[in-house]
Amino acid sequence: MSEIFTLALVFSTIRLATPLVWAAIGGLYSERSGVINVALEGLMLAGAFTAAAVTFYAGSWFIGLIAAVMAGALTAAVLAVACIRFGANEVVAGTAINILFLGLPAVLSGALFLSSGSTPQIPQENLIPAFADVSVLSVLALAVTLATWYVLYRTPFGLRLRAVGENPEAADAAGVRVQRIRYAGVIISGILAAVGGAYLSVGQSSLFTRNMAAGRGFIALAALIFGKWRPVPTMLACLLFGFADAVTIQMQGVAKLPSGEDVPVQFVQMIPYVVTIVVLAGFIGQSRAPGALGVPYVKER
Amino acid sequence: MLELRGITKRFGRVLANDHIDIRVAPGSIHALVGENGAGKSTAMRIAYGFYTADSGEILVNGRVADIRTPHDAIALGIGMVHQHFMLVPPMTVAENIVLGAEPGTAASLDMKAAIAGIRALSDEFRLAVDPEAPIETLSVGQQQRVELLKALHRRARLLILDEPTAVLTPQEVAEFFAILRRMRDQGRTVVIITHKLSEVLAISDDITVMRDGRVVGVLSTRETSAAEIARLMVGREVLLRVDKAPATPGGVRLQVRDLNVTGPDGSPRLRGISLDVRAGEIVGIAGVEGNGQTELIETLAGLTPRAQVTGRVTVGGRDVTRMNARERREAGVAHIPEDRHRRGLVLSFSLAENAILGVHYRRPAVAGAGGVMLDGHGIDARTDALIRDFDVRPPQRALPARALSGGNQQKLVIGREFSLPPTLLLVSQPTRGVDIGAIEFIHRRIVALRDAGCAVLLVSAELEEATALSDRLLVMHDGRIAGEVDPARATSEQIGLLMTGGGGQTP
Repeated sequence: MSEIFTLALVFSTIRLATPLVWAAIGGLYSERSGVINVALEGLMLAGAFTAAAVTFYAGSWFIGLIAAVMAGALTAAVLAVACIRFGANEVVAGTAINILFLGLPAVLSGALFLSSGSTPQIPQENLIPAFADVSVLSVLALAVTLATWYVLYRTPFGLRLRAVGENPEAADAAGVRVQRIRYAGVIISGILAAVGGAYLSVGQSSLFTRNMAAGRGFIALAALIFGKWRPVPTMLACLLFGFADAVTIQMQGVAKLPSGEDVPVQFVQMIPYVVTIVVLAGFIGQSRAPGALGVPYVKER
Repeated sequence: MLELRGITKRFGRVLANDHIDIRVAPGSIHALVGENGAGKSTAMRIAYGFYTADSGEILVNGRVADIRTPHDAIALGIGMVHQHFMLVPPMTVAENIVLGAEPGTAASLDMKAAIAGIRALSDEFRLAVDPEAPIETLSVGQQQRVELLKALHRRARLLILDEPTAVLTPQEVAEFFAILRRMRDQGRTVVIITHKLSEVLAISDDITVMRDGRVVGVLSTRETSAAEIARLMVGREVLLRVDKAPATPGGVRLQVRDLNVTGPDGSPRLRGISLDVRAGEIVGIAGVEGNGQTELIETLAGLTPRAQVTGRVTVGGRDVTRMNARERREAGVAHIPEDRHRRGLVLSFSLAENAILGVHYRRPAVAGAGGVMLDGHGIDARTDALIRDFDVRPPQRALPARALSGGNQQKLVIGREFSLPPTLLLVSQPTRGVDIGAIEFIHRRIVALRDAGCAVLLVSAELEEATALSDRLLVMHDGRIAGEVDPARATSEQIGLLMTGGGGQTP
């Protein structure tokens, strides 16, 4: 066992949890405003592809990251207009965005790089820097979590965001512009999820590959629910899922059956998903969602 | 202070406000009265920016005001306390009050200043409430104070109150009126929407009466009477009391012993309820809503999961404690639910389909061997009889229940339940949202059912209704029977004391 639980495992956990934290904290802004965000996966992919493509051309991860943020905000704005302005079903609209970003990067990379879904390799010096194996974005993820706590509980915007998510009619009666707050919540979620995506392509890796989010958007959503829509517990939930992922990687080829053979790799790779199911099935009953989550606010006029 | 001129508002085919004019004098308490659906709330929601009028104009302090959202109305010094409170339950009192008008800067919400400001307002208007308590832990009376503080925090000069006394005990109403007078004496203006005539006469300076979306009378309170207001509201002379002969109770029909019910979250809702209802009597239950009345009726109707119930219930000597809703109906228990939209009707179903809900599995609703087919002729005949006997209008059985007015929907439910036929009637809020004409009809039918020997257990939040209909009156507080009174002799003060849990047993 000592081969598995090492200091490397701690760093691995942080690395793997980082994109989850960005996406889950992003999702928190949207869901606290009352808009279900199943599009986190698509928003991450949008961020990941844009970051890789722009970094490749511009030769700077910073410009790539800014572009990713803009792509995330734009994509989220589309989702927001569909759900808030036109009252589209939030799950359906979010799923559409997820499907869109399975295909769109493939089309664009074909046009830009004559490849079938991935961007070219980006030189090491142009990637997001890391210190002692910890990426800048990992540190910022912690900062964003704490800042989100402050925004939510210590600013007028946070108070309005929470009120709109719990009881939009009451917020409206109190003079709060419900739609505006919801737009802000969804667009912030797009920005943060896209940063999580950028971390995948130009932080952890050095290129974009097709579907590189690989379900992390959904795991982030699970972490948000497990964290009861609160910033710090949500981050801890992300660390739990990141830890499960890290253990999986460390165990491959190490864990042995009693017969002396390796545990089949497929079983080891099941661990994060089993953890997700167990955690959600076991604890979700105690979790209370924002009162108006998924309920469009349409006024009789 | 506030003037509506020629305001017209349509919802689909319904003309909710038809060229109405309302003038509210500054520094007065103005009552806006009318039956349910007369358009009172619509008019005031337009003034508060919740709806926009199709035509007409609003004047505030003599100037034409463009009010499109509540945000605009608040800026003009208008505050509104809605019938259904506009509060965010998990948030604290202070958070609810400052929401949308927060002290401090955009980067930092100054909660200390907020709490201090709220304490000052609380003291000034004697509206005691803990600023740091979450809304969900407060009673409805306290929540109403929060709503008032919310408007005062926004420096409202004009307060619109929609049916503010519906959730209060008689004592709380008296306190509440004292607060309103204090506000008026400080120069604020109050508009109070209500349909309770005694309150109109007690609190208002001027009265505007509405009927069918139109203003039908503008009165000065000093120069009018309850009878005149009622005549204007209904459009004809009305009987303001229930005619009934003394009851001649027979044997015990419903016996409840030590009934305890918990909510889905495990919290106690009914605590050791024991009561008897005899054949041929109406036993009323009064109390502030939310003190277990809903749970009592639903449990007796067989709608509460069995795991949440302990105790014993018998109907006509048969133990029904373990029976489900259908078995209880078979045993003669009819149920007129408090919320006809949630429990009483399927709104998108036709009158005919609604008329057989609950008896859909037996003749005349089904035909053929084994009764697997619905019988169109049997259903139509039953529905036509029901429509005729209970005066359901319009008399078209293919119409969806949604198309009916509240009073006619209620008559449909009552007709269905009465034709069970019941030996025990459980009835909750029989005339909620029902016009005065239909109220008379419903009251007469309930009394007639009693005279035919049925036992009736009646829950009503309207104290006047509960005392007028009941032969014996129980008062519930906090899941218990707080006491029993003689409805013909008890004063509203005595009953009110029991409603708040004080007073114990009254002779």
